[in-house]
Amino acid sequence: MVQPIRNVIQWVVRFRLALLTGIALTSLLTACFFTTNRNTGSVTMTMPDEVDYNFHIRPILSDNCFMCHGPDANKREANLRLDTEADAYAALKENPKMHALVPGDPLKSAIWLRITTKDTADVMPPVNSNLKLTEHQIALIEKWIKQGAKYKPHWAFIAPQTPKLPEVDDEDWPRNEIDHFTLAKMTEMGLEPNPESDKERLLKRVSLDITGLPPSLDLQKRFLADKSENAYEKVVDELLKSPHYGEKMALQWLDVARYADSHGYQDDGLRTMWPWRDWVIHAFNQNYGYDKFLTWQLAGDLLPKATKEMMLATGFNRNHKITQEGGVIDEEYRIEYVTDRTNTFGKTFLALTYECAKCHDHKYDPILQKDYYSTFAFFNQVPEKGLFGTIDASFADPPNMKISSQDVKDILRFVNKKDTASVMVMVMKDADTLRKTHILSRGNYDQPSEIVSAAMPTFIMPFDKKKYPQNRLGLARWMTDPKNPLTARVFVNRVWQEFFGRGIVKTVGDFGMQGELPSHPELLDWLAVDFRTHNWDMKRLVKQIVTSATYRQSAQITKDKLAKDPENVFLSHAPRLRLPAELVRDLVLTSSGLLNPEIGGPSVKPYQPKGLWEVATSGRGSLARYVQDHGTALYRRGMYVFIKRTVPPPSMLMFDASNRDQCEVKRSRTNTPLQALVMLNDPMVLESARVLAEKLMVEKTSADQKIEKAFRQILCRTPKDKELKVLQKYFADEKTTFSSTPKKAENLLAVGETPHATVADKPATAALMQTLLMLYNLEETIML
Amino acid sequence: MNEFIENRLNVNRRHFLGKAAAGIGSLALGSLLVPDLFRGGDEESDALPLGISHFAPKAKRVIYLFQNGAPSQYESFEYKPMLNKLAGQDLPDSIRKGQRLTGMTANQAKFPLVGSHFQFKQYGQSGMWISELFPNIANIVDDICMIKTMNTEAINHDPALTFLQTGAQQGNRPSMGAWVSYGLGSDNKNLPAFSVLLSRGKGNGQGVYSKLWTNGFLDSTHQGVVFSSGEEPILYLNNPEGTDRTSRRKMLDNLAELNNMAYDDFGDPEIKAKVQQYEMAYRMQTAVPELTDLSKEPDHIIKMYGPECLVPGTFAANCLLARKLSEAGVRFVQLYHQGWDQHGNMVGEMPLQARDTDRASAALITDLKQRGLLDETLVIWGGEFGRTNYSQGTATKDNYGRDHHPRAYCTWMAGGGVKPGTVYGETDEFGYNVVRDPVNIHDFHATVMHLMGLNHEKLTYKHLGRRYRLTDVAGKVLPGLMA
Repeated sequence: MVQPIRNVIQWVVRFRLALLTGIALTSLLTACFFTTNRNTGSVTMTMPDEVDYNFHIRPILSDNCFMCHGPDANKREANLRLDTEADAYAALKENPKMHALVPGDPLKSAIWLRITTKDTADVMPPVNSNLKLTEHQIALIEKWIKQGAKYKPHWAFIAPQTPKLPEVDDEDWPRNEIDHFTLAKMTEMGLEPNPESDKERLLKRVSLDITGLPPSLDLQKRFLADKSENAYEKVVDELLKSPHYGEKMALQWLDVARYADSHGYQDDGLRTMWPWRDWVIHAFNQNYGYDKFLTWQLAGDLLPKATKEMMLATGFNRNHKITQEGGVIDEEYRIEYVTDRTNTFGKTFLALTYECAKCHDHKYDPILQKDYYSTFAFFNQVPEKGLFGTIDASFADPPNMKISSQDVKDILRFVNKKDTASVMVMVMKDADTLRKTHILSRGNYDQPSEIVSAAMPTFIMPFDKKKYPQNRLGLARWMTDPKNPLTARVFVNRVWQEFFGRGIVKTVGDFGMQGELPSHPELLDWLAVDFRTHNWDMKRLVKQIVTSATYRQSAQITKDKLAKDPENVFLSHAPRLRLPAELVRDLVLTSSGLLNPEIGGPSVKPYQPKGLWEVATSGRGSLARYVQDHGTALYRRGMYVFIKRTVPPPSMLMFDASNRDQCEVKRSRTNTPLQALVMLNDPMVLESARVLAEKLMVEKTSADQKIEKAFRQILCRTPKDKELKVLQKYFADEKTTFSSTPKKAENLLAVGETPHATVADKPATAALMQTLLMLYNLEETIML
Repeated sequence: MNEFIENRLNVNRRHFLGKAAAGIGSLALGSLLVPDLFRGGDEESDALPLGISHFAPKAKRVIYLFQNGAPSQYESFEYKPMLNKLAGQDLPDSIRKGQRLTGMTANQAKFPLVGSHFQFKQYGQSGMWISELFPNIANIVDDICMIKTMNTEAINHDPALTFLQTGAQQGNRPSMGAWVSYGLGSDNKNLPAFSVLLSRGKGNGQGVYSKLWTNGFLDSTHQGVVFSSGEEPILYLNNPEGTDRTSRRKMLDNLAELNNMAYDDFGDPEIKAKVQQYEMAYRMQTAVPELTDLSKEPDHIIKMYGPECLVPGTFAANCLLARKLSEAGVRFVQLYHQGWDQHGNMVGEMPLQARDTDRASAALITDLKQRGLLDETLVIWGGEFGRTNYSQGTATKDNYGRDHHPRAYCTWMAGGGVKPGTVYGETDEFGYNVVRDPVNIHDFHATVMHLMGLNHEKLTYKHLGRRYRLTDVAGKVLPGLMA
């Protein structure tokens, strides 16, 4: 291993040099630091002709200065504030002859003097901050001051306007408006789009993206045979009508809403919030407008003549963890729940790091601690307890709502209730008398100070108390007001991330000062306005995205593109993304024919390695032991696998699923040997390979035909000859091996609870099973 | 600030490979097992380029013997004869000083002081006081540093555990082991940098949660991997029935051939990385069981840890396994032993819990020492808070219980640059308040990181606009703990 290590080190050194010269700062890729040198075709950092506050300067100031010279008044050093123009231009409080910024004159600007001084006692940022400006950053600031040191408002807080479609050279390429924006950007960066993907791969991608399931062999055949101009659009429409569309869309929402089947914290008892999950799927399938989707979840209970469905939707705000630990202090945890709601609201709907203002004014964004508690006040009215009872006191702490069989017959038809027993869900409610909300000093539950009333920060959009009621319904109205600069952008950006693996604003949970700038600002605005003005129509948005030429590109990555745009920020090829954890399971079960496509209902407990719950439990409650299900419940989709918060399903976590501890807006996508072990050894995968092998063996076809059919079911495309040759030879060799060791064939085939088909040739079946297992383990299989 | 440090392990792999040109396609960049970019002999200064300012590490690895549920300091390492003298009397307000109480004793009319049912004696050259329940730890007192003044803000298990493991009571922050993995990478290409071992005692237990070993916002390669000494030491490690190693090898060779064809089509470096992951998985299938097989340990080792060490899932087995994992280069081995929550029946349960842990904990220290590994291995033993000096409920002649107490409790450390044979800090005669040298959780973290050669203020990760660190915005390194 000596040689590789040396290589790494050499490479690290090279990489570091690259960093020092500023080539690889991913966080800056989206900004205009990069222009393309058309002669060499390489992306380099240059000094812009005109230095822009939002794109060039604010990221530097925010990251390096605002912590001490920003919005937080309590921690402001030297009484100097640099995040607003007026303060930065004013005479210094400690030295009225000097000014932090003198437009046009760096040598008179204290900022420039302090960032360039060689005196380590004086230099900014201070040595002990561990922050240091680069030469390039200093040069940018100098030029910016020379050019007049102009401030601009933060882009995200200005309501989007519909921008003009950029003109493009190749007018044939765009299929819709999206493509104008992406192509213009590609051209600017010296990139060209990839050709359209072949039909098979495109179908796999769009089918998984819209329904979360691979296309059936039947659909593959139909689509390949359909030579009409709009064959693709027809398939898209068909997929959008599938009830599995709602499931796929719900998946990311469950992460955002931190949905789980247990209460969390140490005893971690059972909860029954699954009817809320059924509602989310239903809402997507019925294509509720995002305004309605949002309003019902935030304030369904406050709507005039609130129905049980509207009430159920409010479960969103009760999905947070709830303690059942005997001996906790009630108010400490009640405050914790309201905090969770407030933070989740900020991240989900506003993409702001609200939680940073809980204990003090925000260090970077203009969210004051007072603003935090003003928002908190909306969620602080629930008649609830921090500790309702210890383990299994309740599967749904009050306020809650009973769903009876009659309800399911009448209005809640989408709730997949399995028996006649009623089920309780937690919902939102406001107490009759208004609970006073205090600012909590340093965020401590037992240190209440000034009283605040429900309101939202003015810098986003004033909360007009005449226009909106001062409760969650007012909050929802404020959110869906056409002038709100964030609501549509934030949602559209997250949907975009679902399809391209990366948001237009990469930091999908942070549109504030420390967030990244949009890679395609005009596209984001265009989409946001278009979405809002078309009734917040989610299906329409999805259709726009998947029918764009940008989406329909092939996923090939040329060396040139890899070098110029390794993260594919500029979308000159389709992304290759590993499927999310739940869809890995779905793909395996679907392609083998094992999937139970039932929608909704209580979560299920499929195979799981023994002892995981038992070794970690306090021993109390109904979830102390894992009681595995049997029959068709074993083959439900990944999203229905029971999530016990303290011990989430292990294979899901290995594939980067959320542990549902808190609101999450983005999952990582790793590639690890533990994932390889799951795909090779998980009984779910093995059983799928076994069952499909047995099915194929019963069919009266040749071995080659069986392999080819399985390939098409699993990989969703026709194999190439050279691939078939490898597979055929592998199958033949395995068959020979198993024929001489029939006991091994028996043992291999024994996996899983699905009854066996009667197969004559067990060694051949085992060999086919091995071949299919290999197919499941191909890198391409679980990639979009 | 050094973006490299922040990004080095989390940057998109395609980005890495795209920028780095030839020669590294085959390296274990995607390793679970965190690419070991940062170790290495002569070139160390280069390997830690803009680093984390590096003092030489005293410890290379950590073994954390977490005693989950909060062992009582009064029946173990905190000798307070005053409590025996004043038994039955009410805790004076002048001592309690408004300390908030858990819901379990907040409504008690009286807080009757209660002394240890068990005898204490002094041991070793250091003359440390140890209770009769821990005769083996008593034998190694001159190797350990006993902290008497650990203190925390939380008074309930979940937040206290979460605080001690992640630096914050709430929130999905990375665990200590994840931070160390992120900062230092792995020392063994076939093993994860951060491993977790679970066991249960016979006392009242509180459970553990996977968020205690979470990667939080760090890449999930830094997540703690749960090991056991049982039949399947890592989840999904074993080949299915009917599949042997030859057969697996053959499948992987064919798989690689097919994957390489896809690489020719797509040019995506992820495909090459995937092939590497499968190879590493294959190597782990041999490396891990070899390591976790305790049956081949020599007799004198088995004797040292006690016969229980051959029973998978016991604390003793986990101690021995921890030594083997650590010896093999695992940076951070985290054990959790459950069952220390003696709200009642102290006299019945405490000896059982002590018996589970005493011998193997001491054996681990001795074993490491005999192998010359103790100097570079930091061993930590302790729980999430302490217990009250008064009885929960009525104390009878024969039994009593103790509620949670956050202001002062005991934790000991050994090896890895810790000052041996010392007692750090002092509490009042009631054991209730710190009178000298407090160690709060952030200080504890800062000191552990320091011993590992990491500056806790510089090991940061930028997430949602903020640079996070294990010590949040606090923590100071405590030189008094270090040799």
